[in-house]
Parts: sequence; C-alpha cells; structure tokens
Amino acid sequence: MTDLSIEMKSKLARQFMEAIPHSRDLSMSLDELGDGIAVVSMPYAEKLVGDPETGIIHGGAVSALMDTCCGAAVMCHPASPMGTATIDLRIDYMRAAVPGQSVIARAECYHVTRSVAFVRAFAYDDDRERPVAAANGAFTVEQPKSGGGK
Amino acid sequence: MNRPRPEPVQVVRQRRDDALNALVEGVPYIRYLGIRFDRRGDELTAVLPFDDKLIGNPALPALHGGVTAAFLEVTAIVVLSWTIAWERMENGHRGVDDWDPSHLPRMPKTIDFATDYLRSGLPRDAYARASVNRSGRRYASVHVEAWQDNRERLYAQATGHFLMPTPDE
Repeated sequence: MTDLSIEMKSKLARQFMEAIPHSRDLSMSLDELGDGIAVVSMPYAEKLVGDPETGIIHGGAVSALMDTCCGAAVMCHPASPMGTATIDLRIDYMRAAVPGQSVIARAECYHVTRSVAFVRAFAYDDDRERPVAAANGAFTVEQPKSGGGK
Repeated sequence: MNRPRPEPVQVVRQRRDDALNALVEGVPYIRYLGIRFDRRGDELTAVLPFDDKLIGNPALPALHGGVTAAFLEVTAIVVLSWTIAWERMENGHRGVDDWDPSHLPRMPKTIDFATDYLRSGLPRDAYARASVNRSGRRYASVHVEAWQDNRERLYAQATGHFLMPTPDE
C-alpha cells in the first residue's frame, strides 16, 4: 500500500466504507491506512445516544466503530487477506465519550498467522491523551482460493 | 385467614410493561437498531429485526460484527436494569409511577464486554437472552446468548461486567 498515491489511497478508503452498509449508515470514515494500521472516525449523532439525560453515546456504538476499525486494520495488513470476520472482540470502557465529539479509533493488526489475525485498538474523543475505550480481538484470515476464488 | 386479594392482572401487567418501556423506549440507540423486548413474566427476549442498514458484509450477506456486539450489549444492560427494577416492583409494589423523571432508573455502566462470534450473522431476525450471573452492590457479571433460526445454534455469545448505579445518584 505504501507506493499508492494519496488520491488513490483516499479513494480506496472511501470505497471500503461505502461497501459496508452499517458503517456507511453511521457515517464512519477511514481517515488513515497503513501496513496493518487503520484509523476510523465516527461523527457524533443523536441516534447513537445511549443515555438521553446526558447525551452520551451507547457503548454498542463504540463497539461497532471498534469492530469496523479492527477489520480494516486486518484487511490492510501486508499479508493481504482476501477477507476477514471477527472471531472475538473484547472492549474495555474507560470513560464516556464527551457528547458532541467524534469518536476516533486507531487499530493495529500486530500479528497474522495463516488463519488468524490479532488486533488491538484504542478509541478517543477530542482528548487524545485519555482513551475512551480499548479493544482486543482475533479475526479470521480468508486465504485466496487456489484456482481463482470467488 | 385474611389474605389480601391479589391485584387485578391488568394492573400488574400494566405496571410491568410500563417499567420495561421506561428502560427501553427513551434510548435513541436502541430505537435506531430497532431492538424490542418480549416479556414473559420476568423473562426478557431481545429481538433485532433484520434491516439492510445492519449489514457488515454485503457479499455474503452478513450482519455487521459491531451490530451483533451492540445487540448483545444492549440486551445485557436492559436485562440487568430490568432485574433491578423487578426487585423494586416486587418488594414494594412500586412501578414507574414513582420513578419521577428526576429518578428514572440509572443505567449500569459497561466496564468491559467480550463477544464471541460463533457463526456469521445471517440476514434474518436475531434474538438474545441474558442471565445475570452475579449482581453485587457495585459490580455485576452478565452472560448473553444470541441465536437466529435455531435456539440451540447460537450465533454469538458475550460476557460483560458492569458498574451498578448507586441508589441515590
């Protein structure tokens, strides 16, 4: 991925999100892409709110962001899997995201075997010093089928 | 023997349904995902009707892993809150009436939530039930199971830990 032009990269990133209906529905955007690293942001929206009294977004929405971001990190790993699916994902919630602010997740796919990709991620709001949540997960690695594939 | 007459069934049913609605209806994210809760006595089943916006992999197609995690987490929180509300109601015949707006039940806060994806989520309705395996004064541990066509073939399960709301917060 490193030799792609910036325009090409951002086009691919847009297409990646456009192809995932749920991520598109939550207006997620793929902001950065590297070897096994992805940064995905999700703008604040009323429909994400889990506590109407405070306007704090639901933990489930942070999970959706984390899962998307971790999956993106697997897909852009140099081992270039053909596809991926979550095997397990654990999220630790450190604090509430400040209402009105985007949530940004940064995931790193730090190890890949023939069948499994290991990923960790952190999510932040505007304060990049104090994470909102952390995630740790294992993902499948779909190998290209010999003789063409689907 | 001078046992008080049991309350009329409509009164009991209404109080319980109102209490459940108070926990679910005001939450925009639950409404956005389209989750509703079926109640049989104190047992709740969460229902997630399929919708195109819930898809994560259009090629299969399959539900988004994040949707599945969110569905299970919503189920865990609502069932945990419901368990607390149920105790209150049963021990004092108190319903939503005396949860005036400033005393709406405070939701438990998620500490951590770990989801196992056992099968890919099909483009169909999904169901989930949660059991509160431990509920102390400060912490609770909740396990959730989710299935689609067949109750015996779970498509996901999860365990979460929660910080309990303090009574007078």
